[in-house]
Amino acid sequence: MNWQIHLPALVLAIPLLGAFASPIAGLGGRTVRNGWMAFISITTTAVCLLLLQKVLVDGTAVYVMGAENWNFTLPSGLSWPIRIILQVDAFSAFMAAVGSIAALAGAFFSLSYMDKFTGLEKFSALYFLLVTGMLGMQLTGDLFNFFVFLEIASVASFGLIAFWRDRPEAVEASFKYMIISTLSAMFILIAIGFLYGRYNAVNIAAVARMLHMGYAEKIALVFLVVSLTMKSGAVPMHMWTPDAYAEAPAGVTCLLVGVSQASLYGLFRVCFSLYGSSLGSPVIPWTIIVMGVLSMFIGVTMAVIQKEIKRLMAYHSVSQIGYILLALGVGLLALRDPQAMADYGFTAMKGGIFHIINYTMYKGLLFLTAGALYYSAGSRNLNELGGLARVMPYTTLMFVIAAAAIAGIPPFNGFVSKLLIYQSTFAVYPLLAVVALVTSVLTLASFVKVFQTAFLGPAKSKFAKVTEVPGSMLIGMSILTVVIIVLTLFPTWTLAHLVEPAAKALVDQAGYISAVMGGGL
Amino acid sequence: MTGNAPFLVVGIIFFLGLYAILFERNLIKIAIGISLLEASANLLLIVLGYRSGGSIPIFTLAGEVRTMVLPTPQALTLTAIVIGLATSALLLSLIMLLYRHYGTLDVREIRRLRG
Repeated sequence: MNWQIHLPALVLAIPLLGAFASPIAGLGGRTVRNGWMAFISITTTAVCLLLLQKVLVDGTAVYVMGAENWNFTLPSGLSWPIRIILQVDAFSAFMAAVGSIAALAGAFFSLSYMDKFTGLEKFSALYFLLVTGMLGMQLTGDLFNFFVFLEIASVASFGLIAFWRDRPEAVEASFKYMIISTLSAMFILIAIGFLYGRYNAVNIAAVARMLHMGYAEKIALVFLVVSLTMKSGAVPMHMWTPDAYAEAPAGVTCLLVGVSQASLYGLFRVCFSLYGSSLGSPVIPWTIIVMGVLSMFIGVTMAVIQKEIKRLMAYHSVSQIGYILLALGVGLLALRDPQAMADYGFTAMKGGIFHIINYTMYKGLLFLTAGALYYSAGSRNLNELGGLARVMPYTTLMFVIAAAAIAGIPPFNGFVSKLLIYQSTFAVYPLLAVVALVTSVLTLASFVKVFQTAFLGPAKSKFAKVTEVPGSMLIGMSILTVVIIVLTLFPTWTLAHLVEPAAKALVDQAGYISAVMGGGL
Repeated sequence: MTGNAPFLVVGIIFFLGLYAILFERNLIKIAIGISLLEASANLLLIVLGYRSGGSIPIFTLAGEVRTMVLPTPQALTLTAIVIGLATSALLLSLIMLLYRHYGTLDVREIRRLRG
């Protein structure tokens, strides 16, 4: 027996330890506190990557808390699992790895970015609590634990968004997010209640095994889809996104991008693994597709007219979430039909899942560069910024890379995933691909605007003393830049070794069930 | 004996809470609406686990017991109540901060972030 079987538990235990030991590390002064934050975030990412590697080699990992043995999913004499179970398939491990990289970059960026403020031991405690919540949502195999981790992540993010609590806007943004988030958490709890009432189980695999579509299941599905799309920031409940993303400190925004992916993860886990083939009618797939198309278009049109740089980027998040919803919705549409799945469904899912990692990386990087601008030049308003490429060369370079990636300019990674999405959605309904293309053009337009106004142009006298940002912020940004460049250079390898196993795991409902429930009841 | 009446109560409390969140203008009333939603979710879980005539689900020194109510929903509800407590406390403290900044609790006047 080797230690690697405990990896799923370690992924949650390390950031949790980091969170609750932060105040103690804070007693040791600035160096100890910063060292602790860097150490914990590096370890968390390393453990997540090891877990991903293990899952890709050995297949779905199961971990049972509190049992005599780690793989003892069915307690003796019982035919359904009542333990606390972590279930990690390729999709979960992939999402956890993506989220932990975003968390690592955000943590390094925050070391210098937050340095002039007080209460930083509380900041790092909340930060790691948010990381724990995000990773927990992605690793758990249990509906109720999903709710608990969602609430951990939500409560931590309310605190982090309102971290600058002397700014009225930050408190207002946090309050808005809190209303939306608590509402959706309660919807999820009620949906779990419905499913529990029908099947006396809260384990995803156990419920999925017994699921037969009826009224209670339909009500639960509607509650889950509504609340999880609300939490991920899709139109029509997107209005918290620009406020929360713009007002949170930049390092936190980078992590919040990862956290919104955890809600998306929940949505797809529910649609594919919990309901899967019993979904029946195409109403839910089409609802997700329509929400995706609306998010893409409304998000990008709102972004074009923004003057504040982080608000502009936040509206782009709405439109990028739309791409992912569109792609996975098409995959869901093709789920019951093997021919359609082979023709376009699987391509769409590959595109969507590849877009998840691309989106998290370049969007996180864009928010970090916006934070760097705010840190150095002291303004987020595009009308005031200008000529900063002269004094901030590294930030400019990384901004250009991220902007080219989000606009889908070949050969950057955004182009690859968008191309897969265009190809597959065209097969379903050509208009979908047209909207996606127009969105991409408008994305390019608005990032050209940002680049031209903030970085190019004549040097302004009030920015004469502006210098490049400190080292740890550059490290945070370079982590994401390196990942983007690797994804750009090796798209075929990434598709074959990371994205395809994740897409296969998502489609394979029987495999997900049998990992916990074993051969038969 | 009670039949479906508890579920009816759950529904009423749920819609009251939702109404308060959607249509009330005072922040404190919105907070009350959220607490009502939490209460309805907790009540739903408890009602789902009830078996008529059942006793508390403790085996030690239980004596002669025929039916017990289900223990899992009670554990779930206990967790949900603790989470709800944390959320309510944070919600109220944010309302306090908002009042300090804006000098009002009216949602129509707390809108510096728009567009």
